[in-house]
Amino acid sequence: MSATTTLNCLSNGSFALVKEVVAEGLTRRRLLDLGLVPGTKVEVIRRSPAGDPIAFNIRGAVIALRRDVAGQVLVSPWK
Amino acid sequence: MGLTYQSTGQSSTREIFHTLADDCDYVIALAGNPNTGKSTVFNALTGLRQHTGNWPGKTVQRAEGSYIYKSHRYRLIDLPGTYSLLSNSADEEVARDFICFARPDATIVVVDATCLERNLNLALQVMEITGRVVICVNLIDEARRKKIRIDTDKLSKRLGVPVVATAARSGEGMPRLKELVSDVANKRVQTKPQPVRYSQDVEDAIARLEPRVKAIVGNSINSRWLTLRLLDGDTRLVQTMENYLNAGKTVPVMPVGQEGLA
Amino acid sequence: MQKSLIPLLEDAQEIAGLRRNQLQDNIVASIYSTAEQIAGEVVSHTSPKRQDLDRQIDNILTSPIWGFPIMFGVLAVVFWVTIVGANIPSNLLATGLFWIEERLTDLFMALNAPGWLHGFLVLGVYRSLAWVVSVMLPPMAIFFPLFTLLEDLGYLPRVAFNLDRFFKKAGAHGKQALTMSMGFGCNAAGIIACRIIESPRERLIATLTNNFVPCNGRFPTLIALVSIFIAGSVSLSLSSFIATLTVAGLVVFGITVTLAISWLLSITILRGELSSFALELPPYRRPLLGQVLVRSVLDRTIFVLSRAVVIAAPAGGLIWILANTTVDGASLLSTLAGWLDTPAKFMGLDGFILLAFILGLPANEIVLPILLMSYVCGGAMTELASLADLRHLLVEQHGWTWLTALCTMIFSLCHWPCGTTLLTIQREQRSRRWTLLAALIPTAVGVVVCVFINNLVRLLDLV
Repeated sequence: MSATTTLNCLSNGSFALVKEVVAEGLTRRRLLDLGLVPGTKVEVIRRSPAGDPIAFNIRGAVIALRRDVAGQVLVSPWK
Repeated sequence: MGLTYQSTGQSSTREIFHTLADDCDYVIALAGNPNTGKSTVFNALTGLRQHTGNWPGKTVQRAEGSYIYKSHRYRLIDLPGTYSLLSNSADEEVARDFICFARPDATIVVVDATCLERNLNLALQVMEITGRVVICVNLIDEARRKKIRIDTDKLSKRLGVPVVATAARSGEGMPRLKELVSDVANKRVQTKPQPVRYSQDVEDAIARLEPRVKAIVGNSINSRWLTLRLLDGDTRLVQTMENYLNAGKTVPVMPVGQEGLA
Repeated sequence: MQKSLIPLLEDAQEIAGLRRNQLQDNIVASIYSTAEQIAGEVVSHTSPKRQDLDRQIDNILTSPIWGFPIMFGVLAVVFWVTIVGANIPSNLLATGLFWIEERLTDLFMALNAPGWLHGFLVLGVYRSLAWVVSVMLPPMAIFFPLFTLLEDLGYLPRVAFNLDRFFKKAGAHGKQALTMSMGFGCNAAGIIACRIIESPRERLIATLTNNFVPCNGRFPTLIALVSIFIAGSVSLSLSSFIATLTVAGLVVFGITVTLAISWLLSITILRGELSSFALELPPYRRPLLGQVLVRSVLDRTIFVLSRAVVIAAPAGGLIWILANTTVDGASLLSTLAGWLDTPAKFMGLDGFILLAFILGLPANEIVLPILLMSYVCGGAMTELASLADLRHLLVEQHGWTWLTALCTMIFSLCHWPCGTTLLTIQREQRSRRWTLLAALIPTAVGVVVCVFINNLVRLLDLV
């Protein structure tokens, strides 16, 4: 079983499966509503020229999340 | 589940969203994710030129317009574009409260043909509140360009509501959309929305709570949906619902016009 | 029977117990998996590479190397096209409209109309309208379609994506870049667009700083000022180049001020948590050129211009009355301007300029026409059909230097928002305090910057 990491630690071009959203409150709801439910495959597309935020392909839409927000999503890298 | 919406309480609820039903035969809500061309659909239906643009959240003012189809006047309310109706943001609350309390005669859910999965999420949530839904699979021209095929007949069967593929920019599919909306609004077509099946723990919880919810709200509100929101701990909705149930009080949802999202 | 759901809420809490998060997750997950399943059944891809083109475009537009240069390049090109394109129609319109003014004068003389009526209607009302149309219409009619084009393409969210890091550092929301973009069109629209920012704190920051983006009423003013000031002194191609650089530089200055003020607000009166930021980068769409033209020209340009015209007509009349009512040998206009002259001079302006800004409160579009009106009403100048004539008016007759032009442009960028914008802020925020602050902050910035630059330049003997 592959190791658990957070969404912000993955490099561009890599894929991961969502394990758990560890945020609380509104941020948690937002992340879930974006489709980051357990089992979802996420692709890391790119980083902003300034390094933050990071753009992900989440269920077919390109969505940018700030690093600290992405850091609240636990994932396991997917090959 | 089927259609749970009878005419009970409809006129009083309408008054809350004042002026809505005054000069028209049917009230139609337009819901959809941001960036699905919802405003373009709105413009294509009403002939108005609401500002359109390709950035999320563009429709910040709720727009209204109307059109006439087969000598009936349809009033169209363009709701804010949202990904979901669950997370209690101001936009989502406006959209949800409108569908739930103003009880439009039909709700058009505009979905992006190039990104169906994400968009169906919202459609399924709308269909939990109201069965009177028409799914408008928009941007079908973009989808064709990207070599994506969508089986709308199958989608319609699977969801239990009418589905039409459109390219609102060029007007493709708009006559059919008007026809379907009219069918649903005047109940010529009975929709049979297929409910989402939840995991066992959720279904168990629903089974325990729903009968008591039903005892209170009767048929005026979909009790399964409301039960889910109770389990969710959505206190704001419960508050709005309290006001709604204690008829006579006005519901503090946004009035028609622009001062809504304060 | 008392119908209340409150007890049920408690029961639900009990049923959910400690697993509420789990329950919420499961609810959302089930809806998504149903959506996924249905989509899987009805969608078929005949080509696997579906997002390739968008990705490749983004590779360039948001690239670490090219992202920023392209952004400023796009900004500069838009301004350059506007400036170059507006030049000739502006002159043509001015010539045409002033030819009509002469014919109107002939008509009034033929009818033996009293002089005050001719003065009020033709030299006041008509002339200010002529200036609003000839100075403001061409840049608007070019800028709006260009801007709408960018908006329709889907470039604006990429700008927000590129700039977010800076907004984060300033304690603001990344979508503030989108509300600023809307501010280019109209600050009132920008204020309304602030609704896309969920957090009240960050929305307020975006609201209070939106005015630092020059709206369509102000950047044609900037363009006109630069064009007037360098008209005739350098070759045409060089002058449009300088004008572009100046306007783009002012916009960058405005963005910098926005970030600085946002940061100041977020560490003082608007402290708080950063809200979670999620920005969708929508697929690019090929805009429908015809629609873009029709919509931007008809909806935006005509709308904005008609607002300006409605306000400019009475303002022009008022100026003429002020200029032609004399008390103790001096016209009211020059008396008013005289009172303002001392503080204005300290800021590198003059009394007439400051007065024009004050009278221009209803709409920024009329500030420059009002200024020209009040200059002309005082003097004997009648031939004003070309930019070079206007330059003569400013430089030879009213002692403008490049410093006056610069300070006027900076004050145009940083002063109170127009009346419409202030009303919009009041309506959105429902607070006189924030509305007042929205007027005070940019004004204070403008005064401070102008005073600083004016005195620094004079101290260094650069003019």
